[in-house]
Amino acid sequence: MKNASWIVLVGAGAFLALLGAALGQDQLFRVHMGILTVVLLGSTAVLLRTAKFAPAGGAAATESQYFDNVVRYGAVATVAWGIVGFLVGVVVAAQLAWPQLNIEPWFNFGRMRPLHTSAVIFAFGGNALLATSFYVVQRTCRARLFGGDLAWFVFWGYQLFIVMAATGYLLGGSAGREYAEPEWYVDLWLTVVWVAYLLVFLGTLMKRKEPHIYVANWFYLAFIVTIAMLHVVNNLAMPVSFLGSKSYSLFAGVQDALTQWWYGHNAVGFFLTAGFLGMMYYFVPKQAGRPVYSYRLSIIHFWALIFLYIWAGPHHLHYTALPDWAQTLGMVFSIMLWMPSWGGMINGLMTLSGAWDKLRTDPILRMMVIAVAFYGMSTFEGPMMSIKAVNSLSHYTDWTIGHVHSGALGWVGMISFGAVYFLVPKLWGRQRLYSLRMVNWHFWLATLGIVVYAAVMWVAGIQQGLMWREYNDQGFLVYSFAESVAAMHPYYVLRTLGGLLYLVGGLIMAFNIYMTIRGKLRDEIAMGEEAPQPVAAPAE
Amino acid sequence: MDFDYQAMRTFADSWGLVYLMAIFLFVIVWIFRPGSQKHVDDAAQIPFKED
Repeated sequence: MKNASWIVLVGAGAFLALLGAALGQDQLFRVHMGILTVVLLGSTAVLLRTAKFAPAGGAAATESQYFDNVVRYGAVATVAWGIVGFLVGVVVAAQLAWPQLNIEPWFNFGRMRPLHTSAVIFAFGGNALLATSFYVVQRTCRARLFGGDLAWFVFWGYQLFIVMAATGYLLGGSAGREYAEPEWYVDLWLTVVWVAYLLVFLGTLMKRKEPHIYVANWFYLAFIVTIAMLHVVNNLAMPVSFLGSKSYSLFAGVQDALTQWWYGHNAVGFFLTAGFLGMMYYFVPKQAGRPVYSYRLSIIHFWALIFLYIWAGPHHLHYTALPDWAQTLGMVFSIMLWMPSWGGMINGLMTLSGAWDKLRTDPILRMMVIAVAFYGMSTFEGPMMSIKAVNSLSHYTDWTIGHVHSGALGWVGMISFGAVYFLVPKLWGRQRLYSLRMVNWHFWLATLGIVVYAAVMWVAGIQQGLMWREYNDQGFLVYSFAESVAAMHPYYVLRTLGGLLYLVGGLIMAFNIYMTIRGKLRDEIAMGEEAPQPVAAPAE
Repeated sequence: MDFDYQAMRTFADSWGLVYLMAIFLFVIVWIFRPGSQKHVDDAAQIPFKED
């Protein structure tokens, strides 16, 4: 019977979760385990309904060459979680502008903020990485995914991680580590899923029919391996109770802070950069119809990037208790990172040399190109902000938030949209997307949204930084902190507007993808062509 | 095992540094070795072998 062992495992998991809900040491743990019980029971029911009974030894289902169903689910999950993440982002932006929107206790800013960051990074970005890595590794290795149903386990196990992380935040649980807020039991589950992901990916590489491992797979592999290491070390913690939600880090003081930012910055470097560079090295050449500008440069890009990135984390701790030499080390490595980053950007952009005219008619390619451009912009801004003198102005201000969003919305978001637009017609066997004009609308709304967001945050951040360091001639601070908060109001309103534009673009994408999957084609004038002029009727 | 901080950082900024630099320099020499042009051109075509 198909699914038999999965039904038993998930059913047993539901029972264990029920025990946790009954015996939990604190209210949060009991409620959280109750949610897990409901999710797992629902999953068991779905598995039971889809179980197929085949006669023993019956004809084995013929395996198609590639395992694409999990990629289809991943593409849909990317779009769906993207909308959730952008929506929560707009809500938290509005909460900062209008504090009355903080609805206690579940929907206050403190709980919604990790919900937003995890939803966009891990749910939206993570699903984009899962889906594209499974697609790319099969195409470039010319081999079916290794491990059969293991890829399904990775996909659904990852969704369970997202649901448990999100509900945990809203219930008030947090490990208090930025971008790693889930508590210890959710972290352990992610570790299991991640090891399975590594097995599927490595196994597929091992059984490849293509002798050379294409550079995109190197980036994906570096992302998977490094995230495993970062996740495990950063989350080393001792639970207060085996059946309790609270845990405490194994590290203390400045070592804990450095571990946290070693993780935090490499989550940017390996989750949000290396993985998405894998995407760039496959989807930009595919969409442009030309091989990457310089394959040699891509290899140097890879090794230089992974060797340098891992040391950049201390720049988050300038002017803190961290030893001065460690701060300087973080700064120097961050500045050196500029070189591989721009090497990669040039490599991505120059792939279009001789095909720039395609930008006029292909909004998907336009999306990928603006993604690479934003990659270049934020990898210039980042090293600049890591310089201690600049950091003394920019740190703790909204400039940092603007920087993060030009990287996340511009680079990560845009390259993911481009990949989804490329994948969906291929995966569902459609001639083209429902509407390319809508892609164009998405492109402009998203770009405008990012520009508004980033520009407003620059002004806000620099103003904040200057207000905080403004002394009068007697050596007193001119502004109280609360005055600098009040001064931010118009910027926060505008920032909400920028996020809203980005969200509307995302909704247009969701509609476009939905119609494409349904097999509809919008009757529209092709990009780059004019509407036909009505023929003037001859005068009578 | 003795995880002496000073011993570990001394190892990291001497042999560890040499090790990583050696890998990096080897990669650069390897990628530009004579006769590699055909290999990198073939590798760049991999995405186009399958739709």
